[in-house]
Amino acid sequence: MSRRPFIRKMRRSWWLRRRRTLFYMMRELTSLFIGLYSALLALGLVQLARGSQAWDSFIALITSRGGVIFQLLCFAFALFHSVTWFAVTPKAVPLSAPAKAVIGAHYAVWAVISVVVLLLAGRFVDGSIQ
Amino acid sequence: MSDTVLLSITRYDPEKHSEPVFQSYTVPYHEDWVVLDALNYIKDNLDGTLTFRWSCHMAVCGSCGMMINGEPKLSCNAFLRDYQDKTIKVEPLDGFPIERDVVVVIDSFMVKLASVKPYLIAKEERALSEGEYLQTPAQLAVFKHYTQCINCLLCYAACPQTKLNEDFIGPAALALAHRYNLDTRDGGKKARAETVTSNEGIWECTFVGACSQVCPKHVDPAAAIQQTKISASVDWFKSLLQGNRS
Repeated sequence: MSRRPFIRKMRRSWWLRRRRTLFYMMRELTSLFIGLYSALLALGLVQLARGSQAWDSFIALITSRGGVIFQLLCFAFALFHSVTWFAVTPKAVPLSAPAKAVIGAHYAVWAVISVVVLLLAGRFVDGSIQ
Repeated sequence: MSDTVLLSITRYDPEKHSEPVFQSYTVPYHEDWVVLDALNYIKDNLDGTLTFRWSCHMAVCGSCGMMINGEPKLSCNAFLRDYQDKTIKVEPLDGFPIERDVVVVIDSFMVKLASVKPYLIAKEERALSEGEYLQTPAQLAVFKHYTQCINCLLCYAACPQTKLNEDFIGPAALALAHRYNLDTRDGGKKARAETVTSNEGIWECTFVGACSQVCPKHVDPAAAIQQTKISASVDWFKSLLQGNRS
């Protein structure tokens, strides 16, 4: 009897076949939007360094309809990334703490950092107005 | 509820077929039957040429892993009653070459498993007269769930990375490496690191998490791999600091 093991090829659409792999690929895709948003922030810094006219054009860009839609899209993907990441953090933490506590701690730190950033941003905005 | 079930099963005879084909069989329905019972019914009554692996029929031996309706499952653990009014599609485990019908070639896994040295490498050799290597229940609890692995390979069938890079050591072997690294009696972490932290080791894992979802023994290989990544990073920083000091 002869052996002739058959090797199956992986389809290009492998990630569409199951919900969990579709979710996984969506998570991977979030990095693209986070990268693009980081580029937008870098552009803001460059325009700020180039003077008030350049800065004003940057502000016009990010407050335009397209700019707002882009930022909302980035925000949605960042949110999806964070929520799904927090959900799997108990696996990556080598502690015997309950999963809910690990996830809860991440949300708590997220909230605290958000408040600190908002307070700092508020102070800078006030400073520029006065 | 119908009193029969239709199974569509992959058939591949290397001497007859150029590629796998599906063949359908109608078997009686019993509420307490699992897919493996249906396969045995076929082999005993309908078609003696159907080839599949099995041994214990109780989710312990890990031989009867198959794709059942596209999901990696132990066929002894997949009840017909959970697939009511549907044709049950039975295929060989994804990602492995097909030897015949639903039997796959697992040689690549055996090599990967051996490469992580999945056994105790004693921290200090002791004479027999010095007695056992003792361990407290708390020390055992740290890794006990990783010892439950039965090498059924469902995690390899679920993992896209093992198929995208066939050299990837993969979930079960890396989980076992972590199990021995966590054992207080073991001193083989450095010896295993050569494979575990290589390009084909933990860093090939992109944390899809599918391995843990399909594991019939709740071993959670995804957790083992992520924790190994952290531990390997800490070791790397330590070696960097020690290197600078000297």
